[in-house]
Amino acid sequence: MVLGGFNVEHIYFLLSGALWTICLSLIAFVGGGMLGGVVALCRISPFKPLRWATVGYVQLIQGTPLLVLLFLTYFGLSIFGFSLPGLVAASIALIIYVSAYLGEIWRGCIESVAKTQWEAAECLALSRSQRLRLVILPQAMRIATPPTVGFMVQIVKNTSLASIVGFVELVRAGQLINNSIFQPFLIYVLVAALYFSMCYPLSVWSRKLELKLQYGTRPQPSA
Amino acid sequence: MTSMVELKNVYKRFGSNEVLKGVSFDIPKGHVTAIIGRSGSGKSTALRCIDRLEIIDSGEINVCGHKVHDPDIDLRKLRTDVGIVFQSYNLFPHLTVEQNVMLAPRAVKKHSTRQAMDICLRTLKHVGLEAKAKSYPEELSGGQQQRVAIARSLAMEPHVMLFDEVTSALDPQLTGEVLRVIETLAADGMTMVLVTHEMEFASRVADTIIFMHEGRVWETGDGTMLRNPQTQELKDFLAFGL
Amino acid sequence: MTYEFDFTSVLAQWPQFVSGAWMTILLSFPATVVGFVIGTLCAIGRRGGNRLLAKLCGMYVEVIRNTPLLVQIFLVFFGFASMGWKISAFTAALISLILNVGAYTCEIMRAGIDSINKGQLEAAECLGLSKPQIYWHVVLRPAMEKVYPALTSQFVLLMLATSIASQISVEELTAIASRVQSDTFRPFEAYIVVAVAYLALSMLMRAGIWVFGQMIFTRQRRLRSGR
Repeated sequence: MVLGGFNVEHIYFLLSGALWTICLSLIAFVGGGMLGGVVALCRISPFKPLRWATVGYVQLIQGTPLLVLLFLTYFGLSIFGFSLPGLVAASIALIIYVSAYLGEIWRGCIESVAKTQWEAAECLALSRSQRLRLVILPQAMRIATPPTVGFMVQIVKNTSLASIVGFVELVRAGQLINNSIFQPFLIYVLVAALYFSMCYPLSVWSRKLELKLQYGTRPQPSA
Repeated sequence: MTSMVELKNVYKRFGSNEVLKGVSFDIPKGHVTAIIGRSGSGKSTALRCIDRLEIIDSGEINVCGHKVHDPDIDLRKLRTDVGIVFQSYNLFPHLTVEQNVMLAPRAVKKHSTRQAMDICLRTLKHVGLEAKAKSYPEELSGGQQQRVAIARSLAMEPHVMLFDEVTSALDPQLTGEVLRVIETLAADGMTMVLVTHEMEFASRVADTIIFMHEGRVWETGDGTMLRNPQTQELKDFLAFGL
Repeated sequence: MTYEFDFTSVLAQWPQFVSGAWMTILLSFPATVVGFVIGTLCAIGRRGGNRLLAKLCGMYVEVIRNTPLLVQIFLVFFGFASMGWKISAFTAALISLILNVGAYTCEIMRAGIDSINKGQLEAAECLGLSKPQIYWHVVLRPAMEKVYPALTSQFVLLMLATSIASQISVEELTAIASRVQSDTFRPFEAYIVVAVAYLALSMLMRAGIWVFGQMIFTRQRRLRSGR
């Protein structure tokens, strides 16, 4: 395997691509997280039409490949007169994608808080929003942390699709380098390694959090 | 004599299973009433109906002037007047003991932190746990957790306290500390309804004992009732247990 | 700016969409089956006594799960070709998808296997069953039943992920949409049609997997009919 042509400049280019990957991941996580929170709360709303609309939204997004969603956003928005750079289209598509998945994950966590907690709070005369805010959500958030961190890995990996609409994140950076020096094996191994170094720590952290949750880490009682 | 809790001809079914078949009883102010009976006799259901945790199919329930059977009832008002303690304590695991107790007085009754703190300390003293105010529920024994649950309900200063088999989940050694707290409350004049299996406690502390069987009030009496059962079903229950 | 939706020119291309859908199925089905077998073997390997095997399986799983499928496909297709191993786009996509499903299945099956009560294993041993027998009757079959919903979700995700094969010119649904939109200049309609097709495919797939589960998990069937 000849290294021919691959030099330090190329490594810097890959690293800058990786930086954009992180940037897009954060946009997707924060935006998708906010929307996902809304989705989760709507999903448990006592107002039936709102619940059903949210179920429809989630089923729709979860039943469509992200790539198709991305194309729809990219072409769809240009129809309405916005000429979009790849970053914006990818951001919007990812935010929608993440909101559906995180919304479902968080809904599951809210529902896994024991019904008896709802009852106890109800019997203390707390209103529904007080019950959610003071009793249920704090417990749900604790349960939700490991799967949310685990999903962040999916987000980082999914940003790779932004390359397809021209956004220069890590994969696109690799493709561009490949176009000039044609060393696909070396380049994509490096790209994979960079993704691995971003995702693996998150995976490990998620597993650690899950173990912590199972065994509990409260302050030990003082004698 | 004012009636704090009044059930009139209450019917309740779960699916095809009729659990309450015309239950009626009256609980005057300051009285302690124990409800005993087999599993499935409807005693817990009857108790839960009082706080509208279950909704009855027909009949009337009047509690402290609230018409519990009315679909338009103001549930928050009802729940400030009625306190309930559950078999599985249901403390909020993410809050300390004092946060558990102060939560509702601040959120519902809009007490200031200082006022809530005072109430909290008072009720925790009442159940003997002021030293554990800053602990988390999981650091406490079952008996201690149940006493905190009692304090949490007491902090709302209810007119009626309901106890749903509050010692059934506890080891025998821990049961005593909870029963002592309940006895103190009774001596203080709190109107209480206890669903319980503690026969000795019931006959000593309760003013009235109601024996329920197959969804009906089968026999009523005072503390002496358990020594002189009148009906065969109560005799069987006392002989063979739950 | 108003946009006039015109689905007719896109829908007129329906034979192409059908062939694209067929290609999607041709990729998904074998990848699911082979990937599941590989994943299960991997799960067994990770829990087995051989430390080297366990470590290798672990590394395989971690690498696949922490890198994007797009990069994996590029590596297999372009990377191997540049090393002298020329394979068709379809084969490259199939290999990547199999490896991908294998890794995720491994984790799912591991969780299922771990959840089997140790007491059951003891009981089986004391009945004189051989190790492979124990594995099959007491571990794998109940584990599969337990994690069946998770497996179903994973396989549907795989079917949706076949869309990425369009990037190495495999003529599955998403690639067809690309072609149709460049012919008809109706990108929005083309991708909406394809999105609907994927939705239909995922529902069919879930239903099919559920039916299959009902057939092989007789205990569930009996419990449901209340016997």
